[in-house]
Amino acid sequence: MSRTHAAFPVPATRPRVRRSRVFLALLQRDLRVARKELPFFLIRTTLQPLMFIVVFGFLLPRMGFMRGEYTSALLPGILAVSLTFASIQSVALPLVQDFGFTREIEDRLLAPVPTRLVAAEKIVAGVIQGMVSAIFVMPVARLIMGPIPGLTLSHLPLVVLIVILGATAFSALGLLLGTAISPQQIGLMFSIIVAPMIFFGCAYYPWTGLAAVPIMKYAVLVNPLTYVAEGMRGALTPSIPHMPVAAAAGALLVLSGVFWALGIRSFERRAIG
Amino acid sequence: MTAAIATSALRKVYPAPPNGRRPPGRPASGDGGVVALEALDLEVGEGEFFGLLGPNGAGKSTTLGILTTRIRPTAGTALVAGEDVVRHAPRVRQRIGVVPQRPNPDRGLDVLENLVFHAAYFGVPRAEAEQRASRLLEMLSLTEKRGSKVDELSGGQQQRLMIARALIHEPDVIFLDEPTVGLDPQARLALWDILRELHDAGRTIVMTTHYMEEADQLCERVAIVDRGKLLALDTPARLKERAPGGTLVILTLDGDATDAAQRARRVAGVERVESEATTMRAFASRGGELIPALIRASEEAGRTVTDITLREPSLETLFISLTGRRLV
Repeated sequence: MSRTHAAFPVPATRPRVRRSRVFLALLQRDLRVARKELPFFLIRTTLQPLMFIVVFGFLLPRMGFMRGEYTSALLPGILAVSLTFASIQSVALPLVQDFGFTREIEDRLLAPVPTRLVAAEKIVAGVIQGMVSAIFVMPVARLIMGPIPGLTLSHLPLVVLIVILGATAFSALGLLLGTAISPQQIGLMFSIIVAPMIFFGCAYYPWTGLAAVPIMKYAVLVNPLTYVAEGMRGALTPSIPHMPVAAAAGALLVLSGVFWALGIRSFERRAIG
Repeated sequence: MTAAIATSALRKVYPAPPNGRRPPGRPASGDGGVVALEALDLEVGEGEFFGLLGPNGAGKSTTLGILTTRIRPTAGTALVAGEDVVRHAPRVRQRIGVVPQRPNPDRGLDVLENLVFHAAYFGVPRAEAEQRASRLLEMLSLTEKRGSKVDELSGGQQQRLMIARALIHEPDVIFLDEPTVGLDPQARLALWDILRELHDAGRTIVMTTHYMEEADQLCERVAIVDRGKLLALDTPARLKERAPGGTLVILTLDGDATDAAQRARRVAGVERVESEATTMRAFASRGGELIPALIRASEEAGRTVTDITLREPSLETLFISLTGRRLV
């Protein structure tokens, strides 16, 4: 090790760092780490929905247990599951390590920006990862299920809107759960919160079909996934009876706002002792 | 000397732990919370090498946590580089580098990425960051590890990576929390060299430690803290002068030491005697010569001496005289 004083210079002036620049650096870090893990990430987030497609979108229709148009109701739901499951996971799971024994996240908490910006970046990174997952599932699903009656991409802006709102709501929920729940209980969280959410979120059946069981029709309205799945139906397969897209989008907007506020507050509490 | 750090009546009370147990050495507050810091007034000059010395649970890490904006104080104020750590935390962060107690590199990234990304969080352009990173890796003997995963580094290497990370954005004030804990003696001396260089380059350094020797060797001024309170603050040399009676003789007896201590107080040349359970501590100017008399005093009290330790004047003897306890 050399013994020159110039080795560790102290700058004379110190320009203020732009927040947007720090935000982008934080985002680049998360995407860099995500890219290294991409194959594992896709397996983790899309295998379950894809297996569901094989059974319910391919095997059962072939056996004659399902009518052809079931796939039209299933595809948007499957996309909704991939999108939200990937969003919530990609935010909540790394937080276990980040806030674990050594608090790895500390080097980011020391960035010269407000802590809530570090939290907001986590949500944005989750949105991007959720979208990657959904974009991966879409063609594979189409391949397995064959032609899907009524599928249209003519409302693309609407699809994008629902995707962004849904991913935001679930990434923010991931931030809330990942910071509010102790690391040892994250696995449990997925079993008792996320799994029921997926099964009772109108992903595998259309909401209007629940008219057959009225109590369920209202109960599932507390489940944020319902609005993502129904919104996707309204945007991708509008010929299938669905909840009004405006209602789904409105609900997602409100949920995004609520989860965003709660998630960031919870993150700040966890970050600053 | 302008102040790099100034705290006034800084206080931190943690909420009561759910199981109702307090960590040892920490008094309870009125509402059952745990007082980590009582009311700390501290000033550290620009370019100073400052040490916070105290046992585990003294409040050192809490103090550092507040100064580095990671812990919110319950009351009082703290300024670092002229900025308030609560109201202007981002501005404070821009001026400081932090070396944590346990190395916490970003395990999603390799060694070089750890440095380059950290620089990016401070707005350092990529090309500049890579240059600085290469230079720091070179100086800290980590060049061969630049592409390694951080899990492949030894403890000492990880600690050096933490130092490189704390320096890459060229901070004015560097905080180190027990930086040499867990390092082998060689790595420890190497770290001391680096810290001296940083100090020579004009940086303010604040370090916590519970090693007397470390504080004595490195720091220009040392604050001795215990149970959230500042007990003494001065240069190591002057603090050592304040240690009572110069040499400290510690006798371990085969039973309670109270009676023996009473008798030892009458021995000529002994300035102060304390007893605690089976331990007797005698401060004296002529340490060694008094040992036979102290043994005799113990035997008169019906006790047998099982162990004798002699300590030269040091921060440690001062610490013991201030708190009645050993540091480690």
